[in-house]
Amino acid sequence: MSTTPNDEWLYTISSKNKLIDLNFKEIWRYRDLLLLFVKRDITTVYKQTILGPLWYVIQPLFTSVIFTLVFNNLGNIQTGGIPPFLFNLAGITAWNYFNNCLSGTSNTFKQNESIFGKVYFPRVIMPMSITISNLLKLFIQLGIFAGFYIYYLSAGAGLSVNANLFLFPVYLLMMALLGLGLGMIFSSMTTKYRDMNVVIGFGVSLLMYMSAVPYPLSEARKKFPESVATFVEYNPLTQIIEGFRYMLLNTGSFSWSGFFYTLSISIVLFLVGIVIFNRTEKSFIDTV
Amino acid sequence: MKDIILKAENISKQYRLGLVGTGTLKHDLNRWWHRVRGKEDPFLKVGSVNDRSTKADSDYVWALRDINFEVRRGEVLGIIGKNGAGKSTLLKILSRVTSPTTGEIKTKGRIASLLEVGTGFHPELTGRENIYLNGAILGMTKTEIKAKELEIIEFSGCERYIDTPVKRYSSGMRVRLAFAVAAHLEPDILVIDEVLAVGDAEFQKKAIGKMQDISRGEGRTVLFVSHNMAAVKSLCTRAIVLEYGKTVFEGKTDEAVDFYLQTNQYEGFKKEYINNALEGSGIETLQLLDEKGVNRAEFGFDEVISIKIKLKIHENNSKSFLGFRVIDRKDRIVFTSELDIASISDKIGTYDLNVNLPHRFLTPNGYFLTFALHIPNVIMIDYIENCLTFEIVETGSSMHKYAGVDYGCVVVDCHWSILN
Repeated sequence: MSTTPNDEWLYTISSKNKLIDLNFKEIWRYRDLLLLFVKRDITTVYKQTILGPLWYVIQPLFTSVIFTLVFNNLGNIQTGGIPPFLFNLAGITAWNYFNNCLSGTSNTFKQNESIFGKVYFPRVIMPMSITISNLLKLFIQLGIFAGFYIYYLSAGAGLSVNANLFLFPVYLLMMALLGLGLGMIFSSMTTKYRDMNVVIGFGVSLLMYMSAVPYPLSEARKKFPESVATFVEYNPLTQIIEGFRYMLLNTGSFSWSGFFYTLSISIVLFLVGIVIFNRTEKSFIDTV
Repeated sequence: MKDIILKAENISKQYRLGLVGTGTLKHDLNRWWHRVRGKEDPFLKVGSVNDRSTKADSDYVWALRDINFEVRRGEVLGIIGKNGAGKSTLLKILSRVTSPTTGEIKTKGRIASLLEVGTGFHPELTGRENIYLNGAILGMTKTEIKAKELEIIEFSGCERYIDTPVKRYSSGMRVRLAFAVAAHLEPDILVIDEVLAVGDAEFQKKAIGKMQDISRGEGRTVLFVSHNMAAVKSLCTRAIVLEYGKTVFEGKTDEAVDFYLQTNQYEGFKKEYINNALEGSGIETLQLLDEKGVNRAEFGFDEVISIKIKLKIHENNSKSFLGFRVIDRKDRIVFTSELDIASISDKIGTYDLNVNLPHRFLTPNGYFLTFALHIPNVIMIDYIENCLTFEIVETGSSMHKYAGVDYGCVVVDCHWSILN
């Protein structure tokens, strides 16, 4: 019997872990699975519903209407000459993408326990597929936004996009990284400590109000107590929402320092998410 | 000699008993603190052998302890052991569902595991869509699945329903479709749990046939975990026996099966009966013995089972009859046998008797024995219900492919002939 040098082995199963173990070659090998999961997510959500994919559209529209009624009509929040409905729709569209990514991925381990417990594939495929399938939802909702944009434009509202529009892909990436990163962190913690589920449940909807979704950042600066205003301003999500509205509606403020601050936070959170996710995926099935 | 394709070195797996609850965080922090300082995990030192029936003296148990084995290319390795021996844990580690606590497994090929058929089936998707999804989950690429799509559909026998959502399928159809996908996997190393026992008898036959093709004809490396000794015997070239998380035997399949049958006696069986307080006539002791005179409760299908009886006959009970009854797990009486004591002797005192149960006769299953000493229609002198229990293990009966299916209590060789 000859001893085999270690480098001949294709892979090793052990408990030891590299800090960041993102095997791109392996993920690439499973790309078909990624696409099939995306397809499954999209086609099965609204099976056996009458309105089907229309639900993608109805939810943001109704939320925008309610926000407009409550915050703009009742609460008298100024949106700087932009039709409040359009203002809210832009914020909600962006927020929805982040929210869907986060809540979708934060359940990864618990929800796929039965699959993960029986078969191996790179676990990160699951949250990735959720992020990608939500992208499709986002584009449908952006289409609706574009429709209303044109409607308001033809009705004579003073609207214009900003030159920042070229940053659109970066904003998408930041939202995806933030949602995915936080989602992976939460999903890993949920396997052992179910408390996180509860936190996600009410935390995310509260976070929305602290992320300048139904109001411009300038209003927060004016009306919130100092400490709260600072929190809202340094919340990376505020920067994303505000920047999103700035490029689409040319309203609010934008600063490069805020932009890079958000970008670096997104990347850091994503990397932390990957590290924690890697640690968990190896043996979560024993504790879940 | 072919090269080694998979090598397991010192595989151990520790589990924590009890609830994951308030103590968890404390242990986690303790563990983390030791790791930060570069010390060994304090909880790895504790832990007891995983005997499920005894009370644990530690919160941690070793489901596997220092497992070593090698698999050569093209070999079919059987992994046998009773419930709780660590088979499933080993499977989980091999299929990378969980990682070992210590040790490592090195492999030169891609491992695909079948711990279950139909993993990831989505009820809302059609049969065809599920073939693709399930295939991809098991590690196939789209092109590979496409090339085999027709073959898979044909094998499953679900052509007519292939574009109907799987939620409308009967459970049998679902299993057939799932198995069809699994059977067309082509990994370097295939890890299979006892998924064979699915579907109706006809499909089982087909499935076992396919398994044999995979392991024999196509020269694939297979690790096969099973309780079914007949399947192990017919499929595997080598086997290891696990007991309480340790390897206790490694070698040729036949020897491994024999070893397993001799050592792994279920504690729940009653292989002997002793009545010390017997007054008057009656049965004093009963013992189940194999051909070598070893007291056992588990026998192979082709083994003769002897029952050794110590009988006490007093006063005027010499006209009595000693009888026993074989009863199966469904409480069906398989047969009754009786001995007229007067026909062998008329003395009063203690008899040592022996009776053999026919071999290659009782269907592999569990059985109870009820003994009685009586004078027919007059008096019941001694009656012991279910005094012995034993198990017939499948070691290659003509009906072994129907394991799990109730095809009767006995296997009978009928005489078949052709007339035209």
